[in-house]
Amino acid sequence: MNAAPMNAFQRLVIGTFGGRSLVIAVPFLFLFLFFLAPFFIVGKISVSEMETVTFKDLVTWSEGVLTISLKFGSYQFIAADPLYWQTYVASLQYAGATTLLCLFIGYPFAYFMARAKSTVQPALLMLVMLPFWTSFLLRVYSWRGLLTEGGWVAEVIVGLGLDQVLYAMGLISAPGKLMHTPFSLVLGMTYTYLPFMILPLYSNLAKMDLRLLEAAADLGATPWTAFWKVTVPLSKAGIIAGSMLVFIPCIGEFVIPELLGGPETLMIGRVLWDEFFSNNDWPMASSVAVVMILLIIVPLAIFNKYQAEAQDKR
Amino acid sequence: MKAASFNRWFGRGWLAAGFVFLYLPIVALVVFSFNDSPLPNVWRGFTLKWYEALIRDEEMLSGLWLSFKIALLTACGSVVLGTLAAFALVKYKRFKGRTLFSGMVSAPLVMPEVVVGLSLLLMLVSVQRALGFPERGMFTIWLGHLLLGMAYATVVVQARLQDLNPQLEEAAMDLGAKPHQVFWLVTLPMIAQSLLSAWLLTFTLSLDDVVLSAFLSGPGSTTMPLVIFSRARLGLNPSVNAVATVIVVVVAVGVVLASYLIARGERRRQQEMAAATRG
Repeated sequence: MNAAPMNAFQRLVIGTFGGRSLVIAVPFLFLFLFFLAPFFIVGKISVSEMETVTFKDLVTWSEGVLTISLKFGSYQFIAADPLYWQTYVASLQYAGATTLLCLFIGYPFAYFMARAKSTVQPALLMLVMLPFWTSFLLRVYSWRGLLTEGGWVAEVIVGLGLDQVLYAMGLISAPGKLMHTPFSLVLGMTYTYLPFMILPLYSNLAKMDLRLLEAAADLGATPWTAFWKVTVPLSKAGIIAGSMLVFIPCIGEFVIPELLGGPETLMIGRVLWDEFFSNNDWPMASSVAVVMILLIIVPLAIFNKYQAEAQDKR
Repeated sequence: MKAASFNRWFGRGWLAAGFVFLYLPIVALVVFSFNDSPLPNVWRGFTLKWYEALIRDEEMLSGLWLSFKIALLTACGSVVLGTLAAFALVKYKRFKGRTLFSGMVSAPLVMPEVVVGLSLLLMLVSVQRALGFPERGMFTIWLGHLLLGMAYATVVVQARLQDLNPQLEEAAMDLGAKPHQVFWLVTLPMIAQSLLSAWLLTFTLSLDDVVLSAFLSGPGSTTMPLVIFSRARLGLNPSVNAVATVIVVVVAVGVVLASYLIARGERRRQQEMAAATRG
């Protein structure tokens, strides 16, 4: 092959669009157009007025008159109706409870995984990932069968008398009735998001320098003290990453509350869904979404900061 | 010594209990797909009738075919976009808007899907009002899945790219390879396994998605998860268990096979590397 010398035009094209800039520009533009720009549209529609089938333009120009109509009615409605606030607060509470439960189950789990023999660790990791590859929708659906009266898990819980405890804690509406309660909702979310907690914690704990624990023991620390004073502080990044991976998506979760929750377990994802699909009120659904974005913007910023640090540290 | 052995057994017990928790629903799905009774909690004997019903279930099968096509396109698109994004983040430490870029890449991982679905739909509707396209359907569902899949693919490929030894690429450049040759001949073979895992992950993500598909689907484009979801909402349905079992078996075999191939390739590569550095 004889490479023809590049003419000025080719050089210009490659200099501007080639290699580096193209690698950055393609994903950048894609995300900008389909991820970032839509949020501005949601903001715009949240202050639009709904006409019979679609929304009205904000700025109209007719017969020499420029009309700008902004309707803040949906926001006023959200602020005035206590139901919305209760739903937002309840979503935060359910997401918080789920995060704590995932941490409680997931931290020891990741810890023992990271301390297992190095030959079995890949297999254990595979076993944590495998349910993640099978359908999430179907696994959530399966809990309905397990928790309805006479289901496997319901039998065990009732047999051990744990339903009395749950009832006393106000998590189920009557002893023996486990489905469509706060209990079934939080159980389902914990189940679904547990791998998201385990995986970052595991990768963090597996990298830890075990000589630090020996040093702590040499200096007279009991294993328990060493765990709390050395292991836990060193795994802070993993704890934050895992907690955010659970907490943020849980706030807006829709499928799990719909399948496992009940009429009294209000979650904001369901409200948004109903405003859009049942009431066909796009401005209202958009306003609910805007308020939800405002709620998650702080945890999201924390998550992005740790994600970026983890990327650049290596 | 007693404390150490207690710790070991406590650890094993915790892991075992955790795995029971993770796998119990999957086992229950499979077991009750063979149950003669339509009730999900009463065992009344073995049957294959739900599988027979599945073969004749037009709605489910056409949903499966549509989901399969979308998942295939999503996996390919996500791997391409994710690889580009991972490259940009790992190789170019400084460019204008990098913070915004890395934020946009990782945000879809955690952003509630109802928000992503609603905002993408409203934008597409606005575009359609202005330009007359795109119609809601397979293409719009694909766009939504691509957004989510790209974020996951980026994380997977990025982790591999960071672990690469940059000296190998530098050596190739010293030997006169052009940047694109370095990419195709050196970098790509080394990250191929992560591309395969990213492909599989985004394929299953797309095959499973309910929320984005519900927002972005149009008339006549009902994916399999939407069919399953609308039936599951109404109550328990053994035909769903049959579908679930088929999916679980296919995915489990596929993933185990792929990870076996990945592990074997990795071992061989490490042996070659070891041989090369010894020689």
